[in-house]
Amino acid sequence: MADRKALAHLLRRATFGPTAEEVDAAERAGAAATVDALLKPSGADAGAARTPAPRLPEVDERADRAAQIRTVGSWWLDRMVQAEHQLPEKLTFFWHGHWATSADKVRYGTLMLGHQQTLARTALGDFGTMVRAMLRDPALIIWLDGQKNTVKAPNENLARELMELFTLGVGHYTEQDVREGARALTGWVVDQRTGATSLNPKRHDSRPKTILGSTGDFDADSFAALLLGRPECPEFIARRLWLRYCGDNEIPGAALTEAARQTTTGAMLKVLLLADGHAELVKQPVEWLAGALRQLGLRPGDMPEQQRRQLQSGLNQLGQVPLRPPSVGGWPAGAAWLTTSAAQARLKMAQLLAGKAPQPVLDRLGAAPQGTRIDALARLLVVDAFTDRTRAALTPAAGDPRKLLALGLASPEYAIQ
Amino acid sequence: MDALTRRRFLITSGVVGAAGLAAGGAWTLRDVFDTATWDDRPGDAKTLVLVTLYGGNDGLASVVPFAEKGYRDARGDLAYSGEEVLGLDDRSGLNPAFAGLKKLYDTKQLAVIRGVGYPKPDHSHFRSMDIWQTAQPDRPGNTGWLGRWLDTFGGDPRHAVSFEPVLPPVLAGATSAGAAVPVTGLALPNGVQTATLRKLGAVAAGEPPLQARAARAFADLVSVDTLIDSVDAAEDADEPEPAGTGTGGRSDLRAQLDLVARCVEANVATRVFSVSLGGFDLHASAGRSTQEQILQRLDDALTAFATRMARTEAGRRVVVAVYSEFGRRVAANGSEGTDHGTASNMFLLGSPVRGGLFGEQPSLSDLDNGDLRFVVDFRSVYATLLKDVLDADPQQILGYSTTLPGLL
Repeated sequence: MADRKALAHLLRRATFGPTAEEVDAAERAGAAATVDALLKPSGADAGAARTPAPRLPEVDERADRAAQIRTVGSWWLDRMVQAEHQLPEKLTFFWHGHWATSADKVRYGTLMLGHQQTLARTALGDFGTMVRAMLRDPALIIWLDGQKNTVKAPNENLARELMELFTLGVGHYTEQDVREGARALTGWVVDQRTGATSLNPKRHDSRPKTILGSTGDFDADSFAALLLGRPECPEFIARRLWLRYCGDNEIPGAALTEAARQTTTGAMLKVLLLADGHAELVKQPVEWLAGALRQLGLRPGDMPEQQRRQLQSGLNQLGQVPLRPPSVGGWPAGAAWLTTSAAQARLKMAQLLAGKAPQPVLDRLGAAPQGTRIDALARLLVVDAFTDRTRAALTPAAGDPRKLLALGLASPEYAIQ
Repeated sequence: MDALTRRRFLITSGVVGAAGLAAGGAWTLRDVFDTATWDDRPGDAKTLVLVTLYGGNDGLASVVPFAEKGYRDARGDLAYSGEEVLGLDDRSGLNPAFAGLKKLYDTKQLAVIRGVGYPKPDHSHFRSMDIWQTAQPDRPGNTGWLGRWLDTFGGDPRHAVSFEPVLPPVLAGATSAGAAVPVTGLALPNGVQTATLRKLGAVAAGEPPLQARAARAFADLVSVDTLIDSVDAAEDADEPEPAGTGTGGRSDLRAQLDLVARCVEANVATRVFSVSLGGFDLHASAGRSTQEQILQRLDDALTAFATRMARTEAGRRVVVAVYSEFGRRVAANGSEGTDHGTASNMFLLGSPVRGGLFGEQPSLSDLDNGDLRFVVDFRSVYATLLKDVLDADPQQILGYSTTLPGLL
């Protein structure tokens, strides 16, 4: 029998937050089979089927853009909660933080949805496919002014962030590389009406460029190929994955080497999930909320509009709204989520969630004898153990399952993965 | 205002050390006001207010060198004529949006330091901001220059205050760190008892550090619960849709400066305040009007603060220093915007400042790969501020001691 604690740890990190029953099933299946099933889920995803992507009008219709963006954000949260294939779903969100494109500037719900779908489609596969898709993605292009980058007037925004934040990391290229790289990315335009992107040869700089010591007639794809071929690239991605899935400590050398050897993101993530040296990881607000909704059996899609808005507004107070990363550097990690204002927001959200908890969940909690009710709470929330400190805070509430649940969700133990 | 969603990249950039993280969010406005009873502040001690502009403010649009050779060609549609700007001398003028700053300049309360930068400029927002905040251009470490000042000053976090949810690296020292004081109210949700939170906030033996920190946030929450009514509304209802790519910084500079003003007027012990404004990364579709909008916000906030400060004795000992991580490329990029550049201007304002033009306008024709060559090392401005505002030894804190004469 596999170690339940280790499996709970794995599932907390690989998914948005496992239910007790999912940990039970993993315990029966064993670690190896669990990881395989996470990476290559068998069967159709009924949860995803229940939550089809919203149909939005074309970009040029004068629809309420803010409402469209809200629709997409609200749908995505519902998908995160309901999807059965949790690992790909969470990895899609990881990539959103990586490419960190915000609706604040893109402003079209359709394009943000398309961006999300592209991330989902390429999340597990070869990173090169994702990079090439992103260089054609209208949302990313608008976010980093790619459509303004022309042979006559190069704009460096996209080229710089492509190297600094998306593929290599700072220090692995020169200023000259940024300028030459920008020339390679010239000519991409976004159709105002359809949102489709294409390369306009007249706007593209087809003269030779020298990037990272190589000279050639680089365009977007060959520039991408050059970056993907650098040894720093897989190491950079492995480090980014480690930060979100394993801990904010330095990645151990062995794990880095092994991860960088893999040819797909899925294989890389598998190496890292199974690697030694994981550290404490603070749940990001989206992980915290989606996990709580899953464990309480709450589906945002089944809630009235007004309650769905409460969830979005809760995420806003917690500081992480999908589709609106705070900067092109993405969201912070670790202790940055543990401020006083975040504690207050978590407390408020926890009360809201406990207030919506379905009766069967409360009944199950209430059915445990008073003396073991806190253990039942730990099982429900897949917390390894509550400290004596938190037990002392929970004990007076043990007679009131709803209150107990709210405090459990707000507890320091539940803030950590 | 949403206190949490901005300015988070500083943490991910890895600059903030453990001391900085431990301090963030643990302090309240009342804690700062409590220091008014301390008598560690000599009667003539000055106060520094550091204003960080995130995103790379366009120096050539802020202080326009309209008469320089090559200026009009390089800037095209973005260029200003000598008649349009608010003249500083016969070759340069302030952006038309800087009407308030122009008045301060005319009354000798604004110093414009031109051509400020550092060798081998970095064009990454994040790296260049690290360099400016650590004052270590070769290899930014994990302490900020004002954090190191705090280390030498005794280390109580309240001597260096930021009204931001996350402590900026500039206030993180090696052994101490400034106080990050959240400006929004922190009311307890209904039905939650203080006693319960006190219990959740207690220390648990052997607990891992981040979990312990999550617990401590509850203890802090209890201590700030009573403060809600004492904070000015920091709402910024008219926040415009951003034209720039987000790179950090807050939008409510005026609200932050209002809090600074209240603290100064209350004679608190704080010697350094750090505030910020974001949204300067205008690569595209900036045009002159977008640029002017954000400069106008800066002008409004700075002039209102300067006017208020001039009214009190404590206020007349305040020096405001304004900087950004870099200027923009000399040539516009054709998207009605500009790409990342290098050397730019710093502004110093306040009663102790001897106004005027300092440094010199870098040549627009002798460029370094399209960028301005710096004239004034940014550390000499810091050294001046350390010596003349904070009465500290620049050599000890910066490893650099050349000051700019005549600024203060």
